[in-house]
Amino acid sequence: MVDAATSRLEGLRGGAIDPGTATVVLFLLGAAIFLLIGCLQSKNFAQLTIEGLALGSVYGSLALALVLVYRATHVINFAQGELAMLTTYIAYELMLKGLSYWTAFAATLAIAFVLGTVLQVTIIRPVQHRSVIATVIVTVGLFILIDGIVNWIWGGDFKFMKSPFGNGSFEVGGVKILHLYVGMVIVVFASVVLVWALFRFTKLGLGMRAAALRPAAASLVGVRVDSMLAIGWGLAALLGAVAGLMAEPTQIFLSPGLMQPILVYAFAAAVLGGLESPAGALIGGLLIGVALTLIAGYKPHIGPITITSELQLPFSFVVLLVVLLIKPSGLFGRREVRRV
Amino acid sequence: MKNLPALGSLLVVAGVLSALPFLISDYNVSLVAQVGIFFIAVLGLNILTGYTGQISIGHGAFMAIGGYTTAVLSRDHHTNLVVTMVVAFALCFVVGLIVGLPALRLSGVYLALVTFALAVSIPQIPLQYSTFLGGSGGVQSAKTVSNLWIYGAAWTASAILFVLAWLILRGRIGRAFRAVRDSEIAAVASGVELPVYKTLAFGISAAYAGVAGSLFVLATNGFAQPSEFDVFLSLEILIGAAIAGLGSLWGILAGAAFVGLLPQISTSVPVIGAEHGRDVVFGAAVILVMLLLPDGFAGLLGRIRRLARA
Repeated sequence: MVDAATSRLEGLRGGAIDPGTATVVLFLLGAAIFLLIGCLQSKNFAQLTIEGLALGSVYGSLALALVLVYRATHVINFAQGELAMLTTYIAYELMLKGLSYWTAFAATLAIAFVLGTVLQVTIIRPVQHRSVIATVIVTVGLFILIDGIVNWIWGGDFKFMKSPFGNGSFEVGGVKILHLYVGMVIVVFASVVLVWALFRFTKLGLGMRAAALRPAAASLVGVRVDSMLAIGWGLAALLGAVAGLMAEPTQIFLSPGLMQPILVYAFAAAVLGGLESPAGALIGGLLIGVALTLIAGYKPHIGPITITSELQLPFSFVVLLVVLLIKPSGLFGRREVRRV
Repeated sequence: MKNLPALGSLLVVAGVLSALPFLISDYNVSLVAQVGIFFIAVLGLNILTGYTGQISIGHGAFMAIGGYTTAVLSRDHHTNLVVTMVVAFALCFVVGLIVGLPALRLSGVYLALVTFALAVSIPQIPLQYSTFLGGSGGVQSAKTVSNLWIYGAAWTASAILFVLAWLILRGRIGRAFRAVRDSEIAAVASGVELPVYKTLAFGISAAYAGVAGSLFVLATNGFAQPSEFDVFLSLEILIGAAIAGLGSLWGILAGAAFVGLLPQISTSVPVIGAEHGRDVVFGAAVILVMLLLPDGFAGLLGRIRRLARA
């Protein structure tokens, strides 16, 4: 009994590697080796993997937005994807008004930040301390409201947006890599690194981490917890906007349904990574992205079922379910301790 | 004698509902029938959310299963439509038990995520198995019915299922459900078998959604289509249950009327226009109701009653 407790403590201090961590490392190593061998064996496989990593970075970025919100306010924002879709439409409108892509991009991120902050203050704060059901329903209402607003202003028909990276491609060892995919990964990771740096190196970031982890203690040392949580929502909306803008070119058209499947992939990614872990969300996103493109590309048979692109959503559902049943804390989350 | 006022309001509702079809137009009959369909689904979800404290954003999935059951049975075997509803009830009960099994280990936010993913996933299944389930074009049942038929069926089923819910909830099972909701640990400590009651609640609630799904398909000219059962349907049922609040007949009626009628009424909103007004008004109304009525309509009624007594 005492031994178990000490070893648990040592595990926490980083002294010993507990079996859970070892399994996770083995799993990730296995996945990496599988992908590496596959890429060396087949050009098609390599192509799909690259596409999957690019799409996965988008899923990861939306998943990260969900995780930021969850860490800060213990709310799952079901409207996160619709918010991203709305900001993509805003970018579309700005470009229609004559702004260049990257100017519109920057302006959209700023708008998204403000929008996220305002939403937290106006509709989330009043229900934040109520039941899970109440917060879920408010974000569900927001989901429907945003969908309605976009359909009202822009209509449900498809819109064309010009691609920020053109249609060009490189060729590396016989494998065609679209500029788009490289661009997507760079943009997503640049924004993620910036947000991470904000959290890690600035006083504001310190305040936000404090507000998320120990709200009461943080407010005692003078952190304005409410403002911090609102800024957290703003940053999440900003990351969502990046996800929306980077997802759009992969879809050919812009439509109000843009982010609905991606939201489910992001849920699966966030849970796979551990709902509390930002790094986990990103890695989860990449894993889900690669798995989904490989599935759509190879249509594997599992028993009598052939998994095609129609089954990508059900596949994410199964991933979500299996992760929660086998390892609810995900790859990188800490196990939750429930007090009686 | 304590139940006398409750019995009274039940009789009033039943009386009004039986007289209504003779007084209103055929279109309005179809609207009130729609409310009846949502009444069943919201009642079912209320058993899960209100009484057992578990959340589900996936009840549209069970409605889809119920609806496709009716359409396929009618198409392939010309089964009597009422019989298909009973089959939908039984099938969804079983599926609900199966979905409820993993839900045992999940709670709160995680359950919301999983059931949401279920709601989004289910409409993909007919696309994959298009020969049997008709792909995106859907399945047409062999028989279509009038609005009046649906009205009668929906409210008769509502009455039967309401009484069934009352019988289930007033006794041992209902007490166990409420114990699970208030504290799982305390419930286990008092000898409530958590796995049994949590899955049972899921099964019952899914079965209700299945019947609602059957009627839902019959109300759309017997057409079961994947797009009918999109994620918004699940969201609507959950919203209905939230607005209903906890376990009052009036609350559930209000919740069902809210999700059944508001989208229809709000299509005539000025400025926004018929086509898109629906979601804007609906979404905004949901947020407002949640902010203003924390305990739903039932909570509001309770407050009014307390005020009246004071």
